[in-house]
Amino acid sequence: MIRVELPYHLRTLAKVQGEVLLEVSGPVTQRSVLDALEARYPMLRGTIRDHGTGKRRDFLRFFACQEDLSHQSPDEPLPEAVASGKEPLLVVGAIAGG
Amino acid sequence: MSKVRVLVGTRKGAFILSSDGKREQWEVSGPHFAGWEIYHMKGSPADPNRIYVSQSSGWFGQTMQRSSDGGKSWEAVGNKFAYDGVPGTHQWYDGTPHPWEFKRVWHLEPSLTDPETVYAGVEDAAIFRSTDGGQNWSELPGLRGHGSGPRWQPGAGGMCLHTIILDPSNPNRMYIAISAAGAFRTDDGGKNWKPINQGLRSQFIPDPTAEVGHCVHHVAMHPARPDVLFMQKHWDVMRSDNAGDLWTEVSGNLPTDFGFVIDVHAHEPETIYVVPIKSDSEHFVHDARLRVYRSRSGGNEWEPLTNGLPQSNCYVNVLRDAMAVDKLDKCGIYFGTTGGQVYASADAGDNWAPIVRDLPAVLSVEVQTLS
Repeated sequence: MIRVELPYHLRTLAKVQGEVLLEVSGPVTQRSVLDALEARYPMLRGTIRDHGTGKRRDFLRFFACQEDLSHQSPDEPLPEAVASGKEPLLVVGAIAGG
Repeated sequence: MSKVRVLVGTRKGAFILSSDGKREQWEVSGPHFAGWEIYHMKGSPADPNRIYVSQSSGWFGQTMQRSSDGGKSWEAVGNKFAYDGVPGTHQWYDGTPHPWEFKRVWHLEPSLTDPETVYAGVEDAAIFRSTDGGQNWSELPGLRGHGSGPRWQPGAGGMCLHTIILDPSNPNRMYIAISAAGAFRTDDGGKNWKPINQGLRSQFIPDPTAEVGHCVHHVAMHPARPDVLFMQKHWDVMRSDNAGDLWTEVSGNLPTDFGFVIDVHAHEPETIYVVPIKSDSEHFVHDARLRVYRSRSGGNEWEPLTNGLPQSNCYVNVLRDAMAVDKLDKCGIYFGTTGGQVYASADAGDNWAPIVRDLPAVLSVEVQTLS
């Protein structure tokens, strides 16, 4: 199972607590994980990546295994530790604003 | 016994204020969607338990919510607002062409007859419609496709479509307003639109009487007289007696005719309300006094209403969608401030009292009159 940790506001929007566990078939990439996330929680569509372009929203980042993966290709495999469920993929809201 | 439900959108969540017909004791519910910007929330006239909410965030973009039980519970609905066809361009602040980009929903206008149908006014300016309770949204492209679209440009707050008025006597007629393009009308259910800005004068555009380019802040209509419109423009309070075909200024003796809100008494179509704001350089009330001005003659002659409102050291603003009226007798008037107060008058403006004083900055106020 893939573990995804969402920021507070997206957890409340999706009405989940703690990490989200997802089944992902095929290669484990940003795109496949987010596709699985949005399929299970349709209310998250458009909140992490843009509806039309699929581009990551500006004030969100993707972290895993102490690395910033935000600028990687969405089709690049995520670290093995994420694919195996050992580590979560973190969706992080930028520290900005008031 | 009648009740009222005041729907308040703020910078950090939504609040629902409820009272009986006396409008003296209030129950406060919220924050709903805590931490999110609630640009607007509005109930369906056809089913008051159906409430639509525009919920947005600089981080997570636009989401939409609806309630089917009067705000007790909420359901996220569709948030995909895709412009019809090739979006094209409008003018950017520097006059260069800029692609249309969706940013947020400013205003929601539920159908007068069908709880599942609701219109959304968005930034960059366009009007969308859902006929399935907000699950799916389709643009009415005739507005943005009007020949003047490439000449529209944003105001300081963005190029927002912030006003949608449905004509209760003619389902094919709607009015909308855009900052800073102006007001438009459709007479065929949204297929075709025409600018209705004749008579407006705006010194901040090269041609002050141009067809488009006017920074209309808000428009109001009394449902019994749908051809009579009242407008708070960036500067100037205006009225039209022919469905927007021609406007005349009715600022009269206002201390300043800059402002955002305008509304009409529920039972007196010639009684209107504004809140003068000092200037477009200083977005707070004139003379540090919070005064609602009322005209009982449809404009020109205005009286200040101050009982219960702060008359010194007050520096709040009242934003364009932050005033509403109920349908009780006497008519209740409500408005919210950027300082987080929501004021109510249960006697058409003669006396005021705060319902709440310390909310986040208020973006919008709507009222439902419930039997």
